[in-house]
Amino acid sequence: MPSLTVPPGAPPILQSLTVPPGAPPILQSLAVTLERMLVRILVLLYLAGAPALAQTLCQPNASNGYRVRISIKTALGNQAYEWNENEMFLFRATMAFAMRRYYKTETYNVDNIIVCNQTRRVSFWFVVISPENPTMLIPKADVEKAVSMSRHRINNAFLLTDRTLEFLGIYPTLAEPVNPDTPPWLIVFGVVIGAVFAGIIALLVSSLLQKRRKEKGMMEDGQDEEDRQMKGVENGINLDGIYNRGFTDDDRFTKL
Amino acid sequence: MRLQLPNPGLEDRILSHEELDKLETEEAGSGDRPKWDNKTQYMLTCVGFCVGLGNVWRFPYLCQSHGGGAFMIPFLILLVLEGVPLLHLEFAIGQRLRKGSLGVWSTIHPYLAGVGIASMFVSLMISLYYNTIMAWVMWYLFNSFQETLPWSQCPLNYNLTGLVSECEQSSPVDYFWYRETLNSTPDIGENGGLQWWMVLCLVSAWAVLYICIIRGIETTGKAVYVTSTLPYVVLSIFLIRGLTLKGSLSGVVFLFTPNLTELTNPTTWLDAGAQVFYSFSIAFGGLISFSSYNSVHNNCEQDAVIISAVNGFTSVYAATVIYTIIGFRATERFDNCLGGNILVLLNTFDLPEGNVTESNYDQVLQSLNGTHPEVIQGLNLKTCDLNTFLSEGVEGTGLAFIVFTEAITKMPASPVWSVLFFIMLFCLGLSSMFGNIEGVLVPLQDLGVFPKSWPKESTTGITCVLCCIVGLIFVQGSGNYWLSLFDSYGGSIPLLIIAFCEMVGVVYLYGIDRFNDDIEFMIGHKPNLFWQITWRFVSPAIMLVIFVFYFITKVTETLLYKTWNPESENFPTLEEKPYPAWIYVIIFILAGIPSLAVPGTALFRLCCDLI
Repeated sequence: MPSLTVPPGAPPILQSLTVPPGAPPILQSLAVTLERMLVRILVLLYLAGAPALAQTLCQPNASNGYRVRISIKTALGNQAYEWNENEMFLFRATMAFAMRRYYKTETYNVDNIIVCNQTRRVSFWFVVISPENPTMLIPKADVEKAVSMSRHRINNAFLLTDRTLEFLGIYPTLAEPVNPDTPPWLIVFGVVIGAVFAGIIALLVSSLLQKRRKEKGMMEDGQDEEDRQMKGVENGINLDGIYNRGFTDDDRFTKL
Repeated sequence: MRLQLPNPGLEDRILSHEELDKLETEEAGSGDRPKWDNKTQYMLTCVGFCVGLGNVWRFPYLCQSHGGGAFMIPFLILLVLEGVPLLHLEFAIGQRLRKGSLGVWSTIHPYLAGVGIASMFVSLMISLYYNTIMAWVMWYLFNSFQETLPWSQCPLNYNLTGLVSECEQSSPVDYFWYRETLNSTPDIGENGGLQWWMVLCLVSAWAVLYICIIRGIETTGKAVYVTSTLPYVVLSIFLIRGLTLKGSLSGVVFLFTPNLTELTNPTTWLDAGAQVFYSFSIAFGGLISFSSYNSVHNNCEQDAVIISAVNGFTSVYAATVIYTIIGFRATERFDNCLGGNILVLLNTFDLPEGNVTESNYDQVLQSLNGTHPEVIQGLNLKTCDLNTFLSEGVEGTGLAFIVFTEAITKMPASPVWSVLFFIMLFCLGLSSMFGNIEGVLVPLQDLGVFPKSWPKESTTGITCVLCCIVGLIFVQGSGNYWLSLFDSYGGSIPLLIIAFCEMVGVVYLYGIDRFNDDIEFMIGHKPNLFWQITWRFVSPAIMLVIFVFYFITKVTETLLYKTWNPESENFPTLEEKPYPAWIYVIIFILAGIPSLAVPGTALFRLCCDLI
């Protein structure tokens, strides 16, 4: 006796096809074939209808969809790869990965990412449908958060960057600036000013020492110095117009 | 019959030739007056004084805006007719009379002491603001020791959601210069308070200057071995680097492409004359001082010619280097502009990448304009023209701190180039500051402002400290505006007057005959016909013409200044504002007091003599 167990998710019409147990065998086999046909038709309809259903879900300017724009040649130049169905498959898989990561669940699959409206620019629209309910789209905000969270991984899967793999409407998060505790310029300033002040002090000290040495030398041959002092006695200001060398005498103490 | 104004008592005031020779043999042992260790130090100091920031950031701009290669013609002509004679005159008179500027002019005639005093005032005013530019260079130098240069990207705003709006509207280099360096106020009246980081940089600039001039030319002579030669090394490195960058040759070609019609424009000749004059640092008094430390028989004629040639060559060389980098930057901007337009077209029309390139951009744009004109209109595509980018000629601080720094961020290994560039600027400016400060210190010494017993270290120290304190004006929020005020009025008109008085004083008061004899005594032969004609007629005439035109231009122009005002409508273009009324007083003080010191001192002496 064929088991007439109707699957639990079957439409009500199928469920009402239960044959009473006392029925003749011909009726029972008829019911079975009819049931199988119905199931196949429904499955075929479902399969045919799903893409159609998906297509209606994914449209340009869809309320819950995002447009993606990819610029491979700009990013990679000579090493650019071609965009084909395999790359698209990778994209859908990466998006599914992003959704899995965001929701921390393992229910998302490649089928849940629907892509449409591909152009030669390489841009397309995509929407994400919920794995439990194929007619329900995941809201825009959640998709955005998922993409932002895994943006780095998505970029790296394609060897692209935030600028060359654009999700129109999702802005890349700005990198945190590195703020060192002391600004670097202050360190360089400290080094320079330290060296300069050390040099100034060294020069001042050396000229003081020279002065003391000269004074000692002067006291020893004081007679000669007194004679020399007598020569250039006038200490008048130059404005008088008379040339005098008095103003240079004092420079003897520091070698100029 | 040579024109000679009466000058009694001149013989008593100067040393005769025999006394000079005696001095020469005596001075060899006694060391009364400072002396150069060797000729190289003297030449390097003079070259360093003449070659300064103007060669790097004023000459290239003038060259490019006045017809490129054609500008060389008025520049070289005026270099020969105006620069070399004035230089020779200053060297010769300093070497002959063996005093600083104040001493020289009061020796020639007591009433001419005003020329020396005016020189001192001008040197003082220029020292004040010039070292602020050094402080700016040091700030950029300190900030170059980082992997990402701080002016290469905009900082994030307070809540980390986006870039700072002031930076976003202008550019990272503009923002770093106007906001993070100057912290510029929108008006000269608002002083914005002292910017502590700039105060530190100003103190360090004056400290470095002090250590180099602490003992006068004894220390300066050693410092110039580095500060005068390093710029040439760095310029050569930049030339080699620049020539390997894309687009550099278009910059050089643009610079030197001659446009001979510019020669008929009188402004070209005026600007050439002014550039030669200011570039030679004449009338500051520093050159007279430096040459007075030479031996009496030094060949000052040869020195003048050599230094003029070096100065002219450096101007052209620096212009070439600068324009290789500017060419690179302009090409980079052009590529970005075109790339941006191409991307917009690709995105709007969903064309595959590589369909629109730089070569077929125009054709594609035309065909698209034919098919979808309203869409193209709505896109607001920018017009990209390489020549426009190249002729965005900037001069002065804008060239060094905005244009060049931006170009450096685009070169690989930017911190290295940034450090080299700012070290070069620092050396160029420092060597000029030596001459400026010499023009301040020696007259102060001669006037007896400091007691004779004080050692040289303390007089230079006190001068540096006082100048640093007064220089704090320029590190306020409005400091940049004050600096351009000082630059335009303090450093221009008085110098022309002083130079004219110098020439007239030497040729007609001291006497060209006596001067010729002096030079024959010093270098062995009389100055030839060229010097006679230029000293007596040509150069004073050129000075007079330049002065008259400059004066008329300055007096008749409406006084506007450019401000950085984030609230203005055309931001980021600088907003032009008129000066407030009290600025006219300041301008009169800046330009009037040195100029009036010349007749003023003469009148004062006259009164003293009469009393």
